[in-house]
Amino acid sequence: MSKDMTGAEMVIEALADQGVKHLFGYPGGAVLPIYDALFQQDKVRHVLVRHEQGAVHAAEGYARSTGKVGCVLVTSGPGATNAVTGLTDALMDSIPIVCITGQVPTHLIGNDAFQEADTVGITRPCTKHNYLVKNIADLPRALHEAFHIAASGRPGPVVIDIPKDVQFARGAYAKPTEFPHRGYRPKVKGDADKIKAAVELMARARRPVLYTGGGVINSGKAASQKLRELARLTGFPVTSTLMGLGAFPSADPQWLGMLGMHGTLEANMTMHDCDVMVCIGARFDDRITGRLDAFSPGSKKIHIDIDPSSINKNVKVDIPIVGDCATVLEDMLTVWRASGAKTDKKALGDWWKQIDKWRARKSLAYRPSNEVIKPQYAIERLYALTRDKDVYITTEVGQHQMWAAQLYGFQEPNRWMTSGGLGTMGYGLPASVGVQLAHPKSLVIDIAGEASVQMTMQELSTAVQYRLPIKIFILNNKYMGMVRQWQELLHGGRYAESYSEALPDFVKLAEAMHATGIRCEKPGDLDHAIKEMIGIDRPVLFDCVVDPKENCFPMIPSGRAHNEMILGDAAEKLDEAIGEEGKVLV
Amino acid sequence: MNAQTITSTTTHYPTAPTAEKPETHTLSVLVDNEPGVLARVIGLFSGRGYNIESLTVSETEHAKHLSLITIVTTGTPMVIEQIKNQLDRLVPVHRVVDMTMAGAAIERELAMVKVRGTGENRVEALRLADAFRARVIDATNQSFVFEITGKSDKIEQFVALMLPLGLVEVSRTGIAAIMRGPEAM
Repeated sequence: MSKDMTGAEMVIEALADQGVKHLFGYPGGAVLPIYDALFQQDKVRHVLVRHEQGAVHAAEGYARSTGKVGCVLVTSGPGATNAVTGLTDALMDSIPIVCITGQVPTHLIGNDAFQEADTVGITRPCTKHNYLVKNIADLPRALHEAFHIAASGRPGPVVIDIPKDVQFARGAYAKPTEFPHRGYRPKVKGDADKIKAAVELMARARRPVLYTGGGVINSGKAASQKLRELARLTGFPVTSTLMGLGAFPSADPQWLGMLGMHGTLEANMTMHDCDVMVCIGARFDDRITGRLDAFSPGSKKIHIDIDPSSINKNVKVDIPIVGDCATVLEDMLTVWRASGAKTDKKALGDWWKQIDKWRARKSLAYRPSNEVIKPQYAIERLYALTRDKDVYITTEVGQHQMWAAQLYGFQEPNRWMTSGGLGTMGYGLPASVGVQLAHPKSLVIDIAGEASVQMTMQELSTAVQYRLPIKIFILNNKYMGMVRQWQELLHGGRYAESYSEALPDFVKLAEAMHATGIRCEKPGDLDHAIKEMIGIDRPVLFDCVVDPKENCFPMIPSGRAHNEMILGDAAEKLDEAIGEEGKVLV
Repeated sequence: MNAQTITSTTTHYPTAPTAEKPETHTLSVLVDNEPGVLARVIGLFSGRGYNIESLTVSETEHAKHLSLITIVTTGTPMVIEQIKNQLDRLVPVHRVVDMTMAGAAIERELAMVKVRGTGENRVEALRLADAFRARVIDATNQSFVFEITGKSDKIEQFVALMLPLGLVEVSRTGIAAIMRGPEAM
């Protein structure tokens, strides 16, 4: 059954039919018909952001914390170009987003009209797919297809560019079920013989590791459940990328911590020395592998990924399995149980002994202080005081992000929202707006840096407007800390432009924006201040003044291998925990 | 400065892996003939730093609005594999077939070659054209336009021979490819 309506009404109708409750956006000339249609209904609630980049990040936070598609509505020209950073971020981290952009009327396209930009041209490389809908008859299909494409397979952002005359035009709207896609069919089920081969290889493993990533989160809660089952069944150690944190509980003894450039020693050494690596929904990113020719040289590799182009992109694997993580893991468990596969208990026991030696190095240790708040201490206290609550964490990008990833423990998926692939400073604050909107009763904390947070600061107004009690916990070290760290390590300590000059008074800033500001400068005051922050039912800007010189360790300097990590000076000194070869390198 | 050891490197990206030997492959890509589809394919190549040596595109099934894009590209086996997977990932792409891997493929190209000259050169050009089974499709009393079809190396050879005889310009279609035998791609 089809209904006659305008293009603008179709947009709203399609959003409602796709189950969209919240839409993040910013009005402008070329989307006014859609805003007019929004005004006259109450199925979809619009959230007015302060900048279009914030709209996309908010939608990302919304999507990442719920597993649903995040929706954005922006105008033509600058509206669309401002959204590009967010779209690229969503593409890199595989976040399902549908972004509707207004466009100048069809007859003006290509004429350099006011607020015209080649939106499909600009967003082609930063979306999974995009549409320019020039004909009202094509609009319902484009809208429904967009949701299907955004959410299925490897998720990603989809842009629908709708000229203003198409928004006004009348046409027949039809419901989503009537639009099967002609060519797009992502493969969900893994090949049975590959899964069988993988299980056989895993059963023979003497030094195995499960290396998991954001794909496990994207695949849904079932995937995390299956991962936990597999880990329990096999007794294998588990590590994860930045994007995959929470899929496996950090409280579990089989958890090694995050791997990669700022991962733990035990995670990286396990990756380096393993003989069977099972990569589940991760993509061998350069922050993970370090030097490619020295990446886990002695291991057989199994790679489960829904995107065939992720396989053999950076690292050649022995058993590639294309399919959805949850589905493949379930099949793997079935095969494992049916075949009565047994692990080599003795070998595994020795492997764990070795891992425990690496753990004993305490690679995340830092020198505590009574004078100044160490950033690691701040994260540890924040974790200790919020771990029993229903909490969601977002971050900006930099040192604070790595410390949060290292030291905040995640027990469940969808609780950790961060910009991994693109590394977008300014992601966390708007993302927390989206998360809080989806989970109004939960505690949502943006762990931020004083530099990052200034990039999308204005979204604090959005939080105030919609009474979203987000907590922005700024680790204020008065530097772009990660930039400063690299300059210290690689550029002779010449701190070019990395000092945060002329910082605002964050407490007064918060007050000026009708939020609450808290400053804490002494370790002794920290617990009390954090408790105060948690207790306030409004947005809080927390200025946590930390040691400006602290660096984030451990660290694999790029171009180095996993066993060539730099450790902080508080880590246990070289001892039997590490072999002769390692001593030279660490 | 609170690290135990500082090791200096000049970049924070891994160095490029030592290259395998590059190979040339011909890919047939069946796509929906919709606006922007060619831009998606080309954008993928430029964005990811792949080579395009030849590109041919035309709608081949009008009723279904399907176009066939034939791309000749070079890269290491790992890169070629990536290219195929990345192409396959584009939403309007229906199929990607590696004609080089599939083996029994026929590749042909058409070129139009303009040669200007008089006297002995003109006669020699015509003689060579005959040997290459090139047809004369335009002639003035001081020039010819030859039409030649064949594998790329045959066309290369013909063009090279025409060069000293007064070659003016060449227009080539790029490679079209099809599988031998009764089956479709």
